[in-house]
Amino acid sequence: MEKEKTTIFDKIWDFFASVRLTIVVFIALASTSIIGTIVEQRAEPATNIKLLAKFFGDSTAPTVYNIFVKLGFMDMYHSWWFVSLLILFSVNLIICSIERLPKTWRLVKMPLRPLNENVIKTLPVKKEMSIKTSLNTAKDEVLKSLSSYRYHVLAESAEENAVQLYSQKGGYTRLGLYVVHLSIILIFIGAIIGARFGFNGYLNLPEGMSASYAFLRTEPLSQAEQAEREQMLDIMESSQGDVSLTAKNLGITQDILDAKFKKYGIKPLGFTIICNWFNTEYYSQTDMPQEFQSELVIIENDREVLKKVIEVNHPLTYKGITFYQSSYGMVPNAVGTFVLKVRSTTGAEETLNLKFGQSFMIPGTNTRGTIVDFSPALARDPNTGKLITYSENMVNPAVGIEFDSPNAGRFTGWILKRYPETGVLPDGSQIKFLDYWGVEYTGLQVSRDPGVWFIYVASVIMAIGLYVAFFMSHKKLWIILRPETSGEKVSVRITVGGSASKNRLAFEREIERILSKASRTIEGLRPVGRE
Amino acid sequence: MSSSTFFNISAGAYILGMVVYISYIAFRNKNIGIAATSLTIFGFVSQSIAFIIRWVNSYHFWLASRPESTFIESLLRAAPLRNLYESLVFFVWSLILVHLIMEFKYKNRSLGAFVTPVAALALLFIDVSGTAKEIQPLIPALQSNWLLFHVLLSFLGYAAFGVSFGAAVAYIIMVTETKTEKTYIFWSIIVGIFLIVLIAMGIDFLSLTAVERKELIQNYFLKATFRSSSGGIVAVSWVASIAFIFVIWRYGLGLKKILASLSITTNMLEEIEYKGIAIGFPLFTIGGLIMGAIWANSAWGRYWSWDPKETWSLITCFVYALYLHARFVSGWRGKRVAILAITGFITVIFTYLGVNLVLSGLHAYGGT
Ligand code: HEM
Repeated sequence: MEKEKTTIFDKIWDFFASVRLTIVVFIALASTSIIGTIVEQRAEPATNIKLLAKFFGDSTAPTVYNIFVKLGFMDMYHSWWFVSLLILFSVNLIICSIERLPKTWRLVKMPLRPLNENVIKTLPVKKEMSIKTSLNTAKDEVLKSLSSYRYHVLAESAEENAVQLYSQKGGYTRLGLYVVHLSIILIFIGAIIGARFGFNGYLNLPEGMSASYAFLRTEPLSQAEQAEREQMLDIMESSQGDVSLTAKNLGITQDILDAKFKKYGIKPLGFTIICNWFNTEYYSQTDMPQEFQSELVIIENDREVLKKVIEVNHPLTYKGITFYQSSYGMVPNAVGTFVLKVRSTTGAEETLNLKFGQSFMIPGTNTRGTIVDFSPALARDPNTGKLITYSENMVNPAVGIEFDSPNAGRFTGWILKRYPETGVLPDGSQIKFLDYWGVEYTGLQVSRDPGVWFIYVASVIMAIGLYVAFFMSHKKLWIILRPETSGEKVSVRITVGGSASKNRLAFEREIERILSKASRTIEGLRPVGRE
Repeated sequence: MSSSTFFNISAGAYILGMVVYISYIAFRNKNIGIAATSLTIFGFVSQSIAFIIRWVNSYHFWLASRPESTFIESLLRAAPLRNLYESLVFFVWSLILVHLIMEFKYKNRSLGAFVTPVAALALLFIDVSGTAKEIQPLIPALQSNWLLFHVLLSFLGYAAFGVSFGAAVAYIIMVTETKTEKTYIFWSIIVGIFLIVLIAMGIDFLSLTAVERKELIQNYFLKATFRSSSGGIVAVSWVASIAFIFVIWRYGLGLKKILASLSITTNMLEEIEYKGIAIGFPLFTIGGLIMGAIWANSAWGRYWSWDPKETWSLITCFVYALYLHARFVSGWRGKRVAILAITGFITVIFTYLGVNLVLSGLHAYGGT
């Protein structure tokens, strides 16, 4: 009677506990996710209008675009309905698991009972054999063999003239699925923690410059707003990144400053970061980059607290904020410094920092060099044989130096950074072009994600859960030992029946091994026993 | 001999193996079956040798530019799983491996007729897609151990899904009775499209001279037929395809008869279909999704950014999770789950190739 009354609560519960809902949610998530992989997310409107024009024609594309924007397709994975689907997914997962857990728990805990021999013979896995020995020896050896395979016999029952042994192992593996489900929820929690308490920004930092903030994504800013932002950043730098000092210097309260930070997508770091240099290493003789590197220094309270060369896949973390090498580029209109290392034939060495047009003497000689030219990417045109600059980026930087020597007279030469042999002068002294410093910026991805450890732990839990759920199984077996006499000979008939929640073949093989181990020992015993 | 010689030998053996497997199904002669298996094993050994040689070469290649690397680091960076070409080759290798294991475990050869065409498809695709085959330097983002394990496990997972797909197709063919059944139409279209793509790539392959093939830098996929510059050829291709699907639909029941006369049972096919997924799903979830996310986090500081490749991996995962739930919780059986297994592999193909060919993404696996 009690059961027939279904309250609203029961109905809602049943709705969320149903696996049919799971299936619907899976289909819904899978099919809607496709949209976001076709329409470029968070892109400039023009990009997607162009894409839509291919399907709907030029004239209707803008209308379709506007409808898509209203439906949230342009930032789909953050739209209200997609997030709702994810919430539905989690609620379903939690309630469904809670609903089923007690049943599974009972399966795990259920004690094994002896079975009738006829039933045992109908089990999915069966095996029969006969062995010449006494009942007691057979029982002892089978027990030993079982326990060496970690089957601990829970109980045995003596029947008319026979013994039944039964055992199970791996009952807990039935919980693997629940572990998988739990880990999915943990991943969601980790993602929420990250979204709530973390941030994801970027910073383009020229060589030799410092910053105490990172940028977040914002709506496009007007010109006046941009100007205000520039001014704020300048004051922030002169206040050495100190937020309360910045507010004071700007003559506003900290609350207002925070609001402005938010609007302009400025994220104060709480310390200062400097890019000492950025460098690209290439695979020899090619323009394929092998490694991008930046040397970063963290300054806190006017002290250098950390210095590290970061590479792609090897970021720097300080106070929970991580700096990833993500891009690079040229600073517009920058004037850099040429860093040269000059070595004379006598071995005297000197490192020089020079501006364009400046001169230097090669130590121990009367040869004077003057920097007269620069190319970020020098090459010889294969057709004309002329020297050309083939890229705006510093792919193959070269410095043009005019030499003036009392013996050799005046001559001009190109020294390439990636090919040090170009810097050997006729008299044997060498000039190494170390860097044209101060013209490149390093593009850093700056982020803090306190949820990421949660995600890692959840991933490990998921991997373990998946392993248990798919590669381990709950195995039960029953063995009947029945003595048989035919004339003089005494033997024992062993009948095994078993079932496994998965991987029946492996279970079959295990049973075979258990039996053959027991029978081998018994055969080994026999001669000793007879004599 | 060089790595590519061994590889070409293995490709030849697999394609010949496919033909022999199919004739085995048609003539049911035991010796033909043995020949098919032997050819496949021969190809597999040859490909394994090619794989090792390539690994050694690329080890020296890496060491040449980074002499200071340790042995282990160089070995990991040199693992030939680094671009579209190498991953396709590895996919073929894993597929054949999983297939051979299943063949020996279930003592049945017929499945080869359904799995080797998948390998042939991948091999032909390698040749017409214009992916660079030389050992290439690794760009910085790809220099990560996580990436290596990610690729390794994903492709083993894909291979297991591929075998499951073969079994599901065979299963569906065996259980459909009449030509008006929806499932019958479904399988004739799927098998039709599959064979059409195979044939179209064969035509691509033949229409290219050996020299052109060698210097192919642009994607030539279906350029000789559906994507031809001549409108007439395109039209003919479509008409021929529709006719081809019709023929399969019309005479498909014959295929069923052949299968039924072999020692294949629907139970066994269902089991292989499930086994493939039971192996593929955990491998793909751990290797594909989790390790991919860890790699993304170490390279870009974001473990999940909904880029198309990631999203399609997730979709794949959803489809297979759907399969498992439908089968084990809702008790679906037979055709319905087989259709899910087929859909799953279609999403695998899209995740793997479609995203690169059709959509763009952050990932470096774009060979087009
Ligand atoms: C809406 C969310 C989900 C719900 C409500 C749900 C529910 C369930 C339930 C009730 C079972 C059966 C447990 C039993 O044996 O009694 C199950 C099995 C399973 N679930 Fe989920 N699940 C969800 C999401 C997922 C996801 C996202 C995954 C994959 C990552 C997953 C993986 C599995 C697997 C692998 C099984 C086992 C199937 C088998 O027996 O082989 N589940 N799920």
